[in-house]
Amino acid sequence: MPESVFPRLEPILPTVSKPIQYVGGELNSTLKDWDCGSSTPGGGETVRWALMYPDAYEVGLPNQGVQILYEVLNERDWILAERTYAVWPDLEEKMRAGDAQGPIPQFTVDAHRPVRAFDVFGLSFSTELGYTNMLNALDLAGIALHAAERTEDDPIVLAGGHAAFNPEPIARFIDAAVLGDGEEVVLAISEVVREWKTQGRPGGREELLRRLAVTGNIYVPMFYDVSYLEAGPGRGQVAAVLPNRPGIPARVTKHTLMDLDAWPYPAKPLVPLAETVHERFSVEIFRGCTRGCRFCQAGMITRPVRERSLKTIGDMVENGIRTTGFEEVGLLSLSSADHTEIAEVAKGLADRYEGSNVSLSLPSTRVDAFNITLANEFSRNGRRSGLTFAPEGGSERMRKVINKMVSEDDLIRTVATAYSHGWRQVKLYFMVGLPTETDEDVLQIADLAKRVIAKGREVSGRNDIRCTVSIGGFVPKPHTPFQWAAQLDHETTDARLTRLRDTVRDDKRYGRAIGFRYHDGKPGTIEGLLSRGDRRVGAVIEQAWRDGGRFDGWSEHFSYDRWYAAATTGLAGTGVDLDWYTVRERGYDEVLPWDHLDSGLDKDWLWADWEDAIDPTSVVEVEDCRWTPCYDCGVCPEMGTEIQIGPTGQQLLPLSVV
Amino acid sequence: MAREQPTQQPPPVQRLRIRYAKRGRLRFTSHRDFSRAFERAVFRARVPMAYSSGFNPHPRISYAGAAPTGSASEAEYLEIALAQSVDIAAIQALLVEALPTGLDILEVVDSTGPALSDLLQASRWQIEIAVPAADLVPAVDRFREAESVVVERMTKKGLREFDCRAPVVEMVASAAGEDGSATVVDLLLRHTVPSVRPDDVLSGICAVAGLELSAVPLLTRLSQGLLDEDTHEISDPLHAS
Repeated sequence: MPESVFPRLEPILPTVSKPIQYVGGELNSTLKDWDCGSSTPGGGETVRWALMYPDAYEVGLPNQGVQILYEVLNERDWILAERTYAVWPDLEEKMRAGDAQGPIPQFTVDAHRPVRAFDVFGLSFSTELGYTNMLNALDLAGIALHAAERTEDDPIVLAGGHAAFNPEPIARFIDAAVLGDGEEVVLAISEVVREWKTQGRPGGREELLRRLAVTGNIYVPMFYDVSYLEAGPGRGQVAAVLPNRPGIPARVTKHTLMDLDAWPYPAKPLVPLAETVHERFSVEIFRGCTRGCRFCQAGMITRPVRERSLKTIGDMVENGIRTTGFEEVGLLSLSSADHTEIAEVAKGLADRYEGSNVSLSLPSTRVDAFNITLANEFSRNGRRSGLTFAPEGGSERMRKVINKMVSEDDLIRTVATAYSHGWRQVKLYFMVGLPTETDEDVLQIADLAKRVIAKGREVSGRNDIRCTVSIGGFVPKPHTPFQWAAQLDHETTDARLTRLRDTVRDDKRYGRAIGFRYHDGKPGTIEGLLSRGDRRVGAVIEQAWRDGGRFDGWSEHFSYDRWYAAATTGLAGTGVDLDWYTVRERGYDEVLPWDHLDSGLDKDWLWADWEDAIDPTSVVEVEDCRWTPCYDCGVCPEMGTEIQIGPTGQQLLPLSVV
Repeated sequence: MAREQPTQQPPPVQRLRIRYAKRGRLRFTSHRDFSRAFERAVFRARVPMAYSSGFNPHPRISYAGAAPTGSASEAEYLEIALAQSVDIAAIQALLVEALPTGLDILEVVDSTGPALSDLLQASRWQIEIAVPAADLVPAVDRFREAESVVVERMTKKGLREFDCRAPVVEMVASAAGEDGSATVVDLLLRHTVPSVRPDDVLSGICAVAGLELSAVPLLTRLSQGLLDEDTHEISDPLHAS
């Protein structure tokens, strides 16, 4: 059994910032015996997972995905799962300096075991900007950086999460990647590992990976060779990605969890002692989205829509607040007001917790799905703090390009209702850099914000109306209709944002009522490189990490210059560069680096949708297949899945008082 | 249109005083971390808390003299105000269940007597450190002989200079471990403004003796309460009469 590194860490902890994040022991955390499998009937092997969210504890701990898998795995008496997070540079420096026994390795916060001692090291990537943190964790753990150099003593390094739908840039660092929902597939992987260990590890590490790969749901990059076009107009593009040994499937498919009511996790949500980014309990009310917004990778890769029933939501909320003590509950999904029984859920929960301090929130509400009855239910017990809408596109034309068909009048009507019912603050999200966008499209954001304020003042009769405009740079993502799009360069992005900001500020009547939040375009360019990169980008990531790259999702740690230099060095001799990956538009015939990874979406459907997007004469509006006929995106037949939605016709009953 | 006023909350009907410990790895809990955890625990334990009035009502909890982050404690105190009368033993059991192991509720009593903060005049600390007693014991003696010992500490308001000798009521160092390779210092420290912490005293000891500490000390607050100036006994603030 590996020894706990805690005694070695303990003398260091008083000298680093927020030491509580490294000690574990959270309410509802699980500590299991290292050999828990041996006390099961038959005395079998134990399968051990180290789960990492590759960011700081304060961001990683609230992550639903990791919490769910931690719980699902630990429920099995022969599986042990512990958590690890990225350590801040102050602790990293001291771990590397080490003590009399040498450097202190990357550890889990549960039992402070070295990550290298586990069978599987699973990382969940919500964003590509966590890649350097993975390399740092591998290095601190003493695990070889490159999969090809790992030995029997190293864990299987497994990537999951949305970014894993194109794991090619990190292909050389990971042993395997999983696409899609993790709940069932982590158990399937555990079974394969257990069987292989029970048999005495026949064929070593490679055989274990082969067994995982032949399932068709697990991508093992080393079993595929990538070739590139060496001549012709497509020079530098991927020529083909082909299995390099028999029995390995040509395509790897995503995993889809059906019947979410059967998987009501997290049931024992972790309650951190340290302050984290989300101080609330969240229930995922449905998974997937079929609204068809063309920029949205989450909406494309998580299809079809699978709802949790009203009753399960009610049970999960009650269980969650009772087991955690959180008084704020978030009802999560990609577009929460679209739940078929959202009105009944809202009223039922508001009734149940009337008179208590439990407050409900509904992140991700579409303008067209918002209604005041719903908003009133959600604010019944709390304050009317603010409402957030995401029109995404500044002009009506842009919203048509992205297939988020919210008219300006709809938006104004919605905010008018909100302001007249006592809300004082509305937050609006937009993207800049969308395909075909011009300066004029972006400047219309200012007009829209001014109209919002004018309307708010008119209907409320007050002057303290506020509107916050939040803007992000658009990054084209794999498995979306915009996967072929040219990304806007960061210079133009910044210029448009500056013009917009000045336009808003210059208007004395509205300028002070409109808040403006945006980030510069440079991190978006790097995110773009990592999102649509191929295996050659691995060298760039490694170089960026070697040059000190860590916590790239944090503006105070991100360095564009470091990444730019790393891209120059890393891509030298390949004939392609940073611009080639980012600002270049792709064509129909190009083999995309992720084409062998199957999200279920029909590539021809994506292409047709892309053409509709950029065709100014197109009148196509992709509607939602939940309430209009199927438009053949391909997911359900390809994956053998179906839409699972209500209404169930049930009501939430009042809770009996104990 | 006039701004709506928040509802006034009714006054509390009962107040409880609680002694709790910070132990093991959870001694790295900061005071802010603890107060968040405790607020969740009272909700989870369904303690009928009284809430403050205002736009954003908070459960009424007052903390007194929290130990610094990283030091363990057997004697931390707080007071809660309740909207309904409760059975104290039952509340204690629920709170124990609702907090993680290492943040341990030790005693719950009805509030009586003067304000809690007035009852907490001094603390007894234990400092354990892997430095040979042969080095530390003479240093402690020199510190005690000094009239005043000025040390510096970085505070939120910048680098502050203060005397760490005056608040030390009593201090004894003795050898620990079989070979005397470690030292235990028993320290009785008066609460002052600005507050002097046991690690400040340790810095002061090193300063007067020209000692460089090679190990990180483990600080534990053993008790705090009213100080008897003659006997140097600390009396239990939950049972002060």
